[in-house]
Amino acid sequence: MGYVAVTGGQEAIEQADNLSLFYRTRNVSTLLNPEMIENQMRLLVDRVMGEGGLYAPEYAAIALKQAEGDPLEAVFLMRAYRSTLTRNYYSHTIDTGDMRVIRRISASFKDIPGGQMLGPTNDYTHRLLQFSLREENERELQNFVEDYGFTEYVEGEITFPKVADLLREQGLIANHDNHEEKEEPFDLTRNKLTYPSTRSARLQALARGETGALTSFAYSSMRGFGVVHPTVGELRVGYAAVTIPYPFSEDEEDGMYIGEVLLTEVETINSFSQNDDNNDVQFSVGYGLTMGQNEVKGIAMSILDRSLETSGEAPAQDEEFVLSHIDSVESYGFVSHLKLPHYITFQSKLDRIRQAQDHKSSNEGEEDYAGTK
Amino acid sequence: MPVQNNFEMSEYNFAFLDEGSKREIRRTILKGIAIPGYQVPFASRELPIARGWGTGGLQLTLSLLGRQDCLKVIDQGHDDSVNAVSIRKLAKTSSGIETTTDTVEASVIQTRHRIPEEKLRDDQILVLQVPEPEPMRRVEARETQTERLHAEKEYSSIWVRLYEDIVRWGEITIGADYPCMVHHRYIFNPSPIPRYDVEKLHQADGLYLFGAGREKKIYAVPPYTDVEPLQFEDYLFEVEEFNEESCRLCGSTSTFLDEIYDSSTGDKYYQCSDTGYCSKQQTERKVKANVRT
Repeated sequence: MGYVAVTGGQEAIEQADNLSLFYRTRNVSTLLNPEMIENQMRLLVDRVMGEGGLYAPEYAAIALKQAEGDPLEAVFLMRAYRSTLTRNYYSHTIDTGDMRVIRRISASFKDIPGGQMLGPTNDYTHRLLQFSLREENERELQNFVEDYGFTEYVEGEITFPKVADLLREQGLIANHDNHEEKEEPFDLTRNKLTYPSTRSARLQALARGETGALTSFAYSSMRGFGVVHPTVGELRVGYAAVTIPYPFSEDEEDGMYIGEVLLTEVETINSFSQNDDNNDVQFSVGYGLTMGQNEVKGIAMSILDRSLETSGEAPAQDEEFVLSHIDSVESYGFVSHLKLPHYITFQSKLDRIRQAQDHKSSNEGEEDYAGTK
Repeated sequence: MPVQNNFEMSEYNFAFLDEGSKREIRRTILKGIAIPGYQVPFASRELPIARGWGTGGLQLTLSLLGRQDCLKVIDQGHDDSVNAVSIRKLAKTSSGIETTTDTVEASVIQTRHRIPEEKLRDDQILVLQVPEPEPMRRVEARETQTERLHAEKEYSSIWVRLYEDIVRWGEITIGADYPCMVHHRYIFNPSPIPRYDVEKLHQADGLYLFGAGREKKIYAVPPYTDVEPLQFEDYLFEVEEFNEESCRLCGSTSTFLDEIYDSSTGDKYYQCSDTGYCSKQQTERKVKANVRT
């Protein structure tokens, strides 16, 4: 029956599932273990956790395996799983100042208190395809790891003061409205985002946003469709402790440690002349925070945070435009929904175009009363 | 061949979503019923089905289902369309409730793009999947603006759009998802049902619920509500024309028909889009034919 081959849907779906399994596994010599993904696809796992809004490296690895490496699909799996979880606690505010830092740089000052710390990055590595990776040898790698003798856990943990605080103390940075900071933050997962939104809502939406979308919008602002071209005051990557209110305590501040999360935090510093909403001669800060190590997203987020505080005609200054289109679960889903059958709506369209054609041909030669031809 | 593991129900809550979320959605529905045609915002949850594939409707369905319910799911009028199968399967495996293809048996019907031919009863709920809840999006891209337009009942821009259609094309060109006025207050999108189905919403016996998952809106047309398609006195609302064609399977001339091309001959023919109704009609016809012979 050709076009209506959707008949037999149940069986077709089962066969499609089987075929996908077949394509995923038919040429396999070594089965991919989620643990391999978790440890060897670190940045991808971080990205999936961040966009999925769920800090669970193991689940992100499983999602990636299931999705055959498609990050959009993996994020979708994480979010769908997240919907089934009961919300038990809200954590205390995380203090990133106490972060156990693995990397920390500033593009604003050469010397910062505590010093710069390059950490794990490929920023200065030449991007030459390393064919030797074909032959990578497990024993050699183990020897390398042992010889390297690195432990992340250092006695008397390394924590650093924040660069932005340095400037803030000197009165060079406009503090964000303290009033808003004391308010209960907006919860994007429990409320529909409405516009104009609050800064906390914006930051949440950005933090879950798709890395590529955020990067593109931020780039547009830097390149000319906007006003934000900041200096990175500080970019830090590290582990931050998460605590929840101790259930049996009277004091809300009494915390119970539940673990630590890897975060990327970026504070960008913007020229005071870009501060077009008031006339203060002060820098303004753009803020970015993402789960895991995802530096370009952190920077992009901080640019957009700042950009959305300004007013103007550029797309990246338009809160509704930016925030409505950066969620990958939504954009991915809606763009792919075009694969669904649209027989009925198309039938309606056919009916309209046939009527319009009839109308046009019957009017041909007559005086064009509306003058719109 | 190993079959991929299906959804393990025991690991999830009844009807997938947690109870708090389901309650939130039911409260949103109640508000929607109280203000017919008004789009109530809600914190849409991500589901194992993609955004834009019926997650709004599915959240309504999942939050409404009780153990006694019987569910029917259709897409394009069709019970066995792939996405209908997928949605029905998720609802069934996560709740264990009965499902049916018979409109009469169902207590909840989730649909995309069609309203069944058989009239909805007052004990039935029809859940429609909505891609774009905002009727004014045709003329205004911004949510901040459209909210204001609704609040002020300022609908002149969409009337102008319809007028311009007539000037340019000689008729209103909106195919499916035809904007209607609900109970003399809110203009709404009835979801991409054909114009043929719009009249079923007016002064109906049953409850119509609309869920837009991606756009995070829920709205309702309660029973016995006026639903009027936008039209001018001299350019009236028109439903789809089938020029006296009939269903080649059941012979019906009074149903919405799919236009189909034979894959080998390329011939055009028609058949009912509501497959559940069509097969019932076919059975009846056979019974009648048998009685006659």
